[in-house]
Amino acid sequence: MHIKDDHYTRLLQGLAYAVIIIGSLACLIPFLLIISASLTANESIIKDGYHLIPAQFSVEGYKTVFTFPDEVLRAYGVTLFTTVTGTLTGLFFMTMAGYVLARKDFKYRNTFSFYIYFTTLFGGGLVPWYIMITKYLHLTDSYGALIFPGLMTPFLIILMKNFIRSAVPEELFESAKIDGAGDFRIYWRIVLQLSMPGIATVGLFLALAYWNDWFSSSLFINDPHKYQLQFHLYNVINSAAFIANMGAGTGVSLGSDLPTESTKMAMAIVVTGPILFLYPFIQRYFVKGLTIGAVKG
Amino acid sequence: MLLPALLFFLINSYFPMVGVYYAFTQFDFNSGLFDAPFVGFKNFEFLWKSGTLVKLTLNTIGYNLAFILLGNVLAIVCAILLSELRVKWFKKLTQSIMFLPYFVSFVILSVIVYNVFNYDSGFLNTLLARFGAGPVDVYNKPLVWIFLIILFYLWKNLGYSMVIYLAAITGISDEYYEAAKIDGAHIFQRIWYITVPMLKSTFVVLLLFSLGSIMKGQFDLFYQLIGNNGVLYNTTDILDTYVFRSLKVTFDIGMATAAGLYQSLFGFILIMTVNYIIRKINDDYALF
Repeated sequence: MHIKDDHYTRLLQGLAYAVIIIGSLACLIPFLLIISASLTANESIIKDGYHLIPAQFSVEGYKTVFTFPDEVLRAYGVTLFTTVTGTLTGLFFMTMAGYVLARKDFKYRNTFSFYIYFTTLFGGGLVPWYIMITKYLHLTDSYGALIFPGLMTPFLIILMKNFIRSAVPEELFESAKIDGAGDFRIYWRIVLQLSMPGIATVGLFLALAYWNDWFSSSLFINDPHKYQLQFHLYNVINSAAFIANMGAGTGVSLGSDLPTESTKMAMAIVVTGPILFLYPFIQRYFVKGLTIGAVKG
Repeated sequence: MLLPALLFFLINSYFPMVGVYYAFTQFDFNSGLFDAPFVGFKNFEFLWKSGTLVKLTLNTIGYNLAFILLGNVLAIVCAILLSELRVKWFKKLTQSIMFLPYFVSFVILSVIVYNVFNYDSGFLNTLLARFGAGPVDVYNKPLVWIFLIILFYLWKNLGYSMVIYLAAITGISDEYYEAAKIDGAHIFQRIWYITVPMLKSTFVVLLLFSLGSIMKGQFDLFYQLIGNNGVLYNTTDILDTYVFRSLKVTFDIGMATAAGLYQSLFGFILIMTVNYIIRKINDDYALF
């Protein structure tokens, strides 16, 4: 049975649909613009500009990207390697830290929690940190510079700690200890098994940060062979964008060796591809993880 | 087992704190930490006298306040409206779409901006041309970028904070609504008197978290949108971008360290003050 809505409810329903549809379109259209541009013939873009629907369909943008796939593939490789290595290592360290801090019988847990939390309040700033990494750790031009700085964040450690505390009952530690399990064994066999949803969430956050990272490359890497995917794209876009904007109004024509408009957009799609492809699957975990965090407050 | 984390933060966060000494020296990249000539507060003095520090501080705080306030209000409105939708698949689909921008990198964001606003072939100018209007050179209009930056911040983060509020709304017990319904409250009253007050604690927690980083800008956002486009610095330069440029472009190491130290200290004092005030008002909401 359905009770007829009063006019206030109908008004709100109408408003809700209108606002949400507009919001969704605003989130979607920019992607459509890039996809459309990547599928438009280059001459058409130069003559008429970008459109929402390709004025003149063509896949030459993608063809150009994959004619000389070396650079893109190498950048893909670098990003894939740093993402996998960084995420796994970071997860290992952060779950261990979270586990120790979640144990109520660990006497100094508040001291160490503060030690970690304090780094979000105060720091030396970018420059001393940069000098630390380059001059003292000598990580310039190494994969270490791409992986090390992002390994752990206080936020994720605290998230992990909260999750373990709620997922693993205190008594389990006791009984496992009585059965003769060491601390590491408890961590490996019990804690990790029980906190999989938390691990998935933290892991996704970490992986996303690594995948989207361009900053480390721009600071620490001089060797183009070790550029991350995002930084590679950044270079391709900006070398052209800069000249295009300088040339605006002055009538200077663009050099022919610059990447064409459609190629740039195709490149952007290739770089975003994996995320757009995986998005429907991983989005659920994010929502779940965020929900757990939010309800906790 | 805690050791890796402790070492990591020691190297990554605590050792660099010693490096703030650079702020008081005439830095030379080849010399060691304590070989560089000591110049006292000269670096700070220069930043202060040139007016850079004031401008950067105002920009940083101004943008962050806009982000925090607009971001939260918009997220609350959208979360409430989304929770009222009745068609299940539509609700799920739109939520996914609005969450999508959070997942793409800032580099992709800059591609989008380029696509829409570039002078020769941007979508905006294409559209204007169709209506018979002349092209606009957005990259030469510093004031417009204030709105653009805020707009793109909202675009990227709306879905994320919306999910948090949506979770809080789902957590509200149905009994309140039933009771209000029986008392004759219409839906706008139910939202205003039940949902909105119930979201207060989530709002305060998010607010406090974001206040903690009010001196740190969204470096990625600003840098990817503006880059090294000097025309726009006046309205779009924040402490983070200034420090980054001083380090990578102009090589003013001492100056950059000074600005960075100022940023950290100012932020630290700000958080401490805010936390102190909050603890006075309501102990439950204090950060620590």
